[in-house]
Amino acid sequence: MKILTKKNIYTLVLVLLIYFLVLLLSNVGIIDSYIQLNMVIVGINIILAVSLNLITGFTGQFSLGHAAFMAIGAYASGIMTAKLGQPFIVGVAVAALSASLAGLLIGIPTLRLRGDYLAIATLGFGEIIKIIGLNNDYVGGAIGLNDIPRYTNWTWLYFSVIATIFIISNFVKSYHGRACISIREDEIAAEAMGVNTTYYKILAFVIGAFFAGIAGALYANYFYFIKPDTFGFMKSIDILVIVVFGGMGSITGSIVGAVILSVISSFLQGFPELRMVIYAVILFLIMVYRPQGVMGDKEFKLFNKEGGLSGNVSSK
Amino acid sequence: MEMLVVNNLYKSFGGVKAVSNINMKIEEGQIVGLIGPNGAGKTTFFNLLTGIYSPSSGDIVYKLNQEISSINFRPSRMVKYGVARTFQNIRLFKEMTVLENVLIGYHNNFKYNLFTSLFRLPGYYKHEDEAYDEVVELLKTFNLYDKKDVLAKNLPYGEQRKVEIARALASKPKLLLLDEPAAGMNPQETRELTELIQWIREEFDLTVILIEHDMSLVMDLCDDIIVFNYGTLLARGTPEEIQNNPEVIKAYLGGE
Ligand SMILES: Nc1ncnc2c1ncn2[C@@H]1O[C@H](COP(=O)(O)OP(=O)(O)OP(=O)(O)O)[C@@H](O)[C@H]1O
Ligand SMILES: [Mg+2]
Repeated sequence: MKILTKKNIYTLVLVLLIYFLVLLLSNVGIIDSYIQLNMVIVGINIILAVSLNLITGFTGQFSLGHAAFMAIGAYASGIMTAKLGQPFIVGVAVAALSASLAGLLIGIPTLRLRGDYLAIATLGFGEIIKIIGLNNDYVGGAIGLNDIPRYTNWTWLYFSVIATIFIISNFVKSYHGRACISIREDEIAAEAMGVNTTYYKILAFVIGAFFAGIAGALYANYFYFIKPDTFGFMKSIDILVIVVFGGMGSITGSIVGAVILSVISSFLQGFPELRMVIYAVILFLIMVYRPQGVMGDKEFKLFNKEGGLSGNVSSK
Repeated sequence: MEMLVVNNLYKSFGGVKAVSNINMKIEEGQIVGLIGPNGAGKTTFFNLLTGIYSPSSGDIVYKLNQEISSINFRPSRMVKYGVARTFQNIRLFKEMTVLENVLIGYHNNFKYNLFTSLFRLPGYYKHEDEAYDEVVELLKTFNLYDKKDVLAKNLPYGEQRKVEIARALASKPKLLLLDEPAAGMNPQETRELTELIQWIREEFDLTVILIEHDMSLVMDLCDDIIVFNYGTLLARGTPEEIQNNPEVIKAYLGGE
């Protein structure tokens, strides 16, 4: 048993330390509501980017529909909490499950479609979800869903982010995750080695969508109000930009990317056109000078791993 | 005992008959050489044996872990049936390390479930440790242990071929299909490879079918040689028989 390694204990302590520190700073008012707002945005973007990275970065399935999973989660939690008066935990659970069900559905075309074609199919899926939202009066159509109770707080946000990172990193460092990476690398060889590529491609979508659904719930129950336009094609692109910026196949990259790009867009809030220009320039520079993203597929490690197997297996 | 039976096997692509009326039986424990001029249908035959293509007509039956016929072949199931292969145009997972590549070969031997993986329960450590030990053992046999953390794409050609063989062996096959394992190797590497294949046959109790253009390797290594020409089976016999077979000589001279 190697659960209580030094590294794991340090990590746990650090995770709790950050949690309580932020709690304290919020209580004494050093972290004001503006910073809080930005922390929520950063946290949600981390969840979205890490979960998309599993699908696109690790498994190699190009997806332009990630915001749709977020939308499904946001509406599911919005309906549960605002319309049906359920507690937030129910909202989050229903959000995650309904989004992963959608992930299962969108995973099926991946069996036949690759590359550009898959990208277009996922894009179409995103638009369909948006159109359903626009035409459904129960959730307010184009006007959107109002009066969603604000349940998202630091505790929910933080532990959702930690859970996403924990579970997805565990997954990619297990044989299941390596199977996903082998599909990205060479699908035919992966099959010849006994990897059920059908299963793993769908699984990547299901897990990725699950967490995007949670991100949607956190969003809905923080901003009181959601409308279909929020989760359009541009949001999917935003998430993809974070993943590409941080590095396909690097979880730390997605975290770093989410922080940097969220902060940049927060400063450019008042100038949406300028924001798009700057995004485009950043993407261009990354593509030209560092196409593998800021982190490549490397992970930044807090503590030195102490040899042994699991350290070795997951040495990437 | 025969472990592979091929009956009236045909495969055509449009008008091209890549494999035509092949009948054969392969005995357990042999090293069988499959030779023939370029375009003779050798790789196509391997692709039929591993479910990548399905026969236009005829069938293939394995009697390995279970009796199974080509109607039920799927590429991802072949490892379960006991069949593993390498590719003529090396297909390693380029951005993965040597160790990770071989661990993919071990994929079907892992036993812990998805839940254990997501929450990293104790079973994760136990099974990953076991797999690591076995794979490291294999890498040592192949003299690849020092390179275990090198990305596959950064290895020289000869070593990439070896990693591919190690990856296939990690699946613990009964039948190993090697498509031109010595292509791109220098004479020294080829000699080592010959010994290695001989050794793994004994050690892992394997049947091996190998496609190869390097005649000295084929003649040294194989108990039995099968010659393909224009998709048909031209001749079969011991190395001496094949070397002295006038039709084979003609096919090679005419084919060049
Ligand atoms: N997927 C395919 N589509 C169309 N034609 C194919 C396909 N695969 C193989 N062929 C054709 O089938 C014939 C046999 O090819 P194959 O690759 O099996 O030959 P080979 O004996 O392996 O040759 P080499 O020694 O050059 O590797 C060739 O004429 C080839 O062009
Ligand atoms: Mg060939």
